[in-house]
Order: sequence, then structure tokens, then C-alpha cells
Amino acid sequence: MERKNVFGSFRAAMGASMRLKTFPGGVHPHDHKHFSASAPIEVMPLPKRVVIPMSQHIGAPSTPVVKVGDEVKTGQKIADAKGFVSIPQHATISGKVSKIDVFPHPAGASSVSIEITGDGLDSWVELSDDPNFMDLSAEEMKNRIGEAGICGMGGAGFPTFVKLSPPADKPIDTVILNGVECEPYLTADDRLMLERTQEVVSGLKILMKILGAKQGIIGIEANKPDDIAAMKKILASESQFRVVPLKLQYPQGAEKQLIYAATRRKVPAGGLPMAVGVVVQNVATAFAMYEAVRYQKPLVERIISVTGSVVQTPKNLQARIGTPFSELVQFCGGTKEDPGKIISGGPMMGFALPSLEAPMAKGSSGLVLLSEAEAVSLEERNCLRCARCVDVCPMNLLPSMIAQAVKAGAMDIALKAGLEDCMKCGSCAYVCPAHIRLVQWIDTGKIRHAETLRGKK
Amino acid sequence: MKERYTVSPAPHLHDRTNIPNVMWNVVLALLPALGFAVYYWGWRSLWLTLLGILAAVGTEALIQWLRKVPIRISDGSAVLTGMLLTFNISAASPWWLPVVGSVFAIAIGKQVFGGLGNNPVNPALLGRAFLLASWPSLMTGIQTWKLPKTTAVMSGIDPRIVDPNLQAVSAKAYDLVTGATPLNVAQTLRDSEFVSTLAATKEASLDLGNRIFNGMIDLGTLKNLFWGQIGGCIGEVSVFALLLGAVYLLWRRIIEWRIPFFYLLTVFVLTFLFGGMAGTGFSLSVPIFHLFAGGLMLGAFFMATDYTTSPLTKNGRIIYAIGCGVLTVIIRLVGGYPEGVSYSILFMNVMTPLLDMITRPKAFGKVKK
Repeated sequence: MERKNVFGSFRAAMGASMRLKTFPGGVHPHDHKHFSASAPIEVMPLPKRVVIPMSQHIGAPSTPVVKVGDEVKTGQKIADAKGFVSIPQHATISGKVSKIDVFPHPAGASSVSIEITGDGLDSWVELSDDPNFMDLSAEEMKNRIGEAGICGMGGAGFPTFVKLSPPADKPIDTVILNGVECEPYLTADDRLMLERTQEVVSGLKILMKILGAKQGIIGIEANKPDDIAAMKKILASESQFRVVPLKLQYPQGAEKQLIYAATRRKVPAGGLPMAVGVVVQNVATAFAMYEAVRYQKPLVERIISVTGSVVQTPKNLQARIGTPFSELVQFCGGTKEDPGKIISGGPMMGFALPSLEAPMAKGSSGLVLLSEAEAVSLEERNCLRCARCVDVCPMNLLPSMIAQAVKAGAMDIALKAGLEDCMKCGSCAYVCPAHIRLVQWIDTGKIRHAETLRGKK
Repeated sequence: MKERYTVSPAPHLHDRTNIPNVMWNVVLALLPALGFAVYYWGWRSLWLTLLGILAAVGTEALIQWLRKVPIRISDGSAVLTGMLLTFNISAASPWWLPVVGSVFAIAIGKQVFGGLGNNPVNPALLGRAFLLASWPSLMTGIQTWKLPKTTAVMSGIDPRIVDPNLQAVSAKAYDLVTGATPLNVAQTLRDSEFVSTLAATKEASLDLGNRIFNGMIDLGTLKNLFWGQIGGCIGEVSVFALLLGAVYLLWRRIIEWRIPFFYLLTVFVLTFLFGGMAGTGFSLSVPIFHLFAGGLMLGAFFMATDYTTSPLTKNGRIIYAIGCGVLTVIIRLVGGYPEGVSYSILFMNVMTPLLDMITRPKAFGKVKK
């Protein structure tokens, strides 16, 4: 589908911005979506080998159930969930398990992973098709989603099955689909909403049925007017749905900020969305849920944006989980020049990687290659106390005070200034004129605090 | 392809502002005021400003060299301090006054605490306080301050609107109107003993006092104050020029609205209520006079907003600004000095750490326990 004039839609978005919903605080980085926004989803050819990390989610790593040398089919379970807050993993190509070892991980470090060397056949486990999938019981839907190994695909990676099992005393009345995609550069969710609109909406309906929610909301940032129009067209006749265009403002897609913008409900600090009767799921997760419920198809592929100024032909690829980043870049024609930085995820919260060796995971919404000039590292200087970090913090914290306190080892002050409530969106560091690595200092503080808490137990 | 790429913590984007950008923008915003100063008082105001800047930058470089830390004079912060310091003295000052003030501001006001970002009070204001304490006659001298080339009277009050024959009626009153700065006039009018000697009889004296007061808040006088047709310090004289710079800084989001807004609002409200003279009643011209006179505009937009010495928290900024306003008005209306902007800001600077502690914001979604 060809995209309309980018500037035209931008102007339309600006014109509407007075009426658009949003949250307090935040920043306005250039969205850089033009690199890949008009590239239709392309199916990435099968990789010769995939590396499936056992830790692609929040919670305990999955336990391998295959041995080196085992033949596996696409979609076959190769690892079990370990405990309640965990997910199973599946083979994403058919072939032979060639190695179970520690491999580089898309979030930076390394993790135990299963390497599968492909046979090039892509022979699948048997899938079914329930055209009347909406008639399935909520329990059955939930089971299929759990079996499919789905976790939040917007980045955090919380096991979806768990999110769909709220305690009985926390009724859910609203489901919000997160189609905000506020990270600059990324367009994977954008293309998904445009090209798989019906499927995403089905995912939303499944969610509402499981949770017994009366209201379904899709939040989309105003720089994606085509998606907003597409969603509105499908949902126009149904009163329990709302498509909410949101102002271009980072981090509009952060869970608490999105809930506030769309419903004016404030999730309590330290609490979960269910406390205000809301469950939020990413649009890609909703799509995966639809496939899992209708076809009993495990999560073996997703849309990923491979983009940035140095990528030869930025693309939105439908690629198998475990495909090495290097192959994705190759399929996009390689790079125009040597990149300055390799970012797994978006540039505001993603991870800089030392190489393209790591594989894409279930939460990999993007691979962004910045040029040397864009990736220049800025020298850290003394805090001026200019309070820009305070003014942009969407959580209403005092970032510079937390950072100073962590530096000085004064954890009590760091906690009082909001250490625990920080979600590390990076707005503060984005605007800091002294280039202080605020997020890094805050993260250091979070780790130190967690260690202290563990020590006390 | 390289073997290994740079790994660094998120975010990987930055809006590309930096400290020099902030500082030089403030310097830029002060240029209209400097331009007006040169127009009114001649090139001497420029030379004095350059001397002040040179002394500040030289001191900064010397101390950074002695401290064996990187020399960062190009970041503009010492330039700004030297400029603000010189803006607080008269264009008739001796050449060494801005030099001594700047050296003190940088050395004692800033570098002894560890340099940029560590000073507890505004260095330029500390330098000014030092000069005021050491050479009070040069810093407040009614007769030594220079008169703008474009106007006849120091106070901006046209003597003819007080009395067509003011010089003949009362030489004392004439001297006051023509020789004192606006705030000096306001202060003098508070001295009832002095006022009662303005004319031959007590009644005539009081009447004359009231007429001077009314002249002080006359529309023509306010216009003179707005454009800068008055005696005063180099950088504080033209409200118009300072507002130009202030609007620029607000637009570029270099400064935030809370401090100047609440500072000016407080002064406005308090001087409206308490700024009149017995028998003159309430008038909106009184608070406008107080907003335009003295160093308030310079202080509210360029000094009280100093990053390092003002509170981090939003509510802290509001309390800080109201505190500045209250103190300024108290000093102007009851204190021994005609002007209170610099002392009130210095005082609130010292309160800043306390304000930050007591106004810590509640995190988004935090409820009272």
C-alpha cells in the first residue's frame, strides 16, 4: 500500500494537535519514521540458522526440552515455561538442534539459547483453523495464548498469559491496544495496523472476551493518520470501541501515560494497570494472540523495522524469531557506510549492541543503525540544576537529584526523589544540557537498591 | 564493518543542547539591554562591560588552571557572570569597579565552591553585594550616576508636571526630581521628616510630596521608565530591552515561566496594596512603577532564574519567586535601601536547598498516605 505524502499527513496531525489527548511531561524528538514508514511489510527469506534465547521475557528463563541433534519442525515446542511468570519457546524454522549454549542476546548481555540449523524445508507442526474462534471459551483462548509462548511484544516482554489472569477482586472494564509506537524510527506497529487491521482488531476482541471488558480502545499517535483512519473504518459501527488519536509526544506509549491519555485514569505509583481496571497490550501482541487463538499458531515470527540513516533500504520485515540481526541488515541491502551505533529496539530505550551477532527476539520491534555523526558521544559535565529533567519527567520525579544521590551513595535521598517510580524512558537524559547519563545513574541506583532489598530478606 | 561498536546506555538520541548553547543564548538575550546602554550613555558602558567580562573570564581561566581542571572559558558562563555584574553598576563608574567585582564574583562566588553548578548563590549578585558594601557611594551615589544623553532628569519625572515653577517653588524638590533615580525618589518620599521640609509650610510640603509621588506614577514617567529615559545601572535601565531578551529566553525555553511570573506578580500585588502614600489612594500605576523601576526586570528574568541557585522543583520555584517578591517589596517600602532585588534574590538563593527538600513532588499516580 503506497503511503500518502508524509508532510501532508504531518501537517494534518499538527492541525489536530490542539484536540489530541496526551499526558503531562515528556519530550518531542524528531520521529525519523520517514525512513521506513512507507515500506510495506516484506517476508524475510528463511534464515539458515536461528538462535532462540531462553530469556525473551520478564520472568524465569524457559527450560529446554530438546537435545542437541534433535530434529524439530517449525512451531514445535523446544522449551517449557518455568513457573507461572514464564513462557514456552518454539522452533521458528525446521531443522536440527545444533547447539544449546550461551549466545549474544538482543538486550545486550548473553543468555542460554537454542541454535537450530535449518533444513530449508520449513515443515510446520500441524496448525488448525477455527473460523468461529470468537465462540471459543475464554479459558480455551487463554490456554492457546499461553501455549503459543506470547509475551508483550512492545519491548517489556511480560508474559501475556499472566496479564490475562487478573485476580478476581480486580475486574477489568477496559482493554487498551497500544498502537502508539512513540519510539523514533520504528514503524513495525504502524505497518501492522495498516496491513493487518482486521487481525489486530480480532486480537482486541479476543482480549476483551477473555477479560470480560466492556470497552476497547486503540491508542495511536497522530503521525499515523492512515492507521487511525483504517481502524476507525472497521470499528465505526461498534459502540464499545474507541480509536484515540494521541499527540506526538514521547513517551506517549508508556503504559501509565497511555492509560492516562486515553482514559484520564492514573495508575497508582508502584501499581499495575489492573488497579484502575485496565489491561494494555501492544498491537503486535494482539496480532500474535489472534493467530494463536484462531490457528493455534505459536509465536515464531514478528514484524521488525530495520531502519536508520545508514541502512541501504530500510524495511519492515516479517521475520522469524531468532534470525541474526546481521542477516536482516544484509536483506536490506547492507549499509551505506559503517554505522556509528547499532541499536536493538528504539533509540530512546533500546540497547546499543557491540555487533550484529545477536538474534531478534519476540520483543524486537526494531533494529536501528545510526551513523557516526548521529551516534556521537557527548561529554558528561557538572549538573547545572537547570531542572529541564524535572520539567520533562512524565513520572513527576527529580531525575537529577536521584542521579546525584546515587553518585554520592545517598540511597535514602535517591528513593525520596523517586528512584523506584522511574521507568527509564530517557526523557531526562534526552534534554540534559550537561549530558549527564541520568538513566544510567538511575539504573545503577535501582540495581543497588534491589541488592539491598535482597540482602535484607 | 568494525569488530566492535560503541555500547552506551539509552537514550541514544539527544536534543543536542549543551551548556555553551544555554549560556551564549542568555548573553545574546542581554545584548538589547547593552545596546540601549550604549545608546543612552555612550561607548563607556560597552568598555566597562567588556572589562567586566574580561576580568571574569581571566579569573575563571586562571583558577581552572590552578585547580588543574579543564579550562572551559568558551562555555560562556564566565562571560555571562561578568556581563551581569557590570550590568549592575553605573556607566559613570571607574574602570576598575567592574574588574574588582568580576574577580570577586568568579573567585569567591563560584570557583571556591567547585565552579559551574556548585555555587550556592548567584556569583554576579554576590559580586554586586561585595561592591555595594565596599564602595557604597559608587554603587548608590545619586550624584555620581550618569544621566542618559537623551533625557534631562535622572528620575524620569518631568519637573513641570510636579509644578510649572518647581525650581523656584522648592529647590530641594527640584534637586530630588532631577538628581535621584526613580527608586531613590520613592525612598526619599517615605522620609516624612524630609518631606515636611520641602516647602515653606508643612501643608505645602505635604502637598508637594504628594505631587512628586503623582509625578512618579504619571504615565509620562512610566513611559520614560519603560524605554529607559532615566538614570540607573548599565543593564537595568530599559524595561523594553530586557523584555525583548526575556521573551527570547522564554521562547527558546532557556528559562521557565514560573520564577519571573510569580516574582513579578508578587511585587505587583504587594506594591498595589502597600506602595501608595498616605492620601494618594490606590492606583494601578503604583505597581507598574515598581515593576519598571530599578533592577526588577533584570533580576526577575536574568538573575532569579539562574539555574544553579534556584529550586529544582516546580513548587519550590513558586515559593522561591514569591519569597523574592516579598523581600524586594519589604526592602523597597520599609528597608534602608532604595532597591531590594539583589538582596532578596541572594537570600532566596540560600533557601533553595531547603525549598527543594520540602517541595519534593509526588510521583505520577502517588496518593497521599
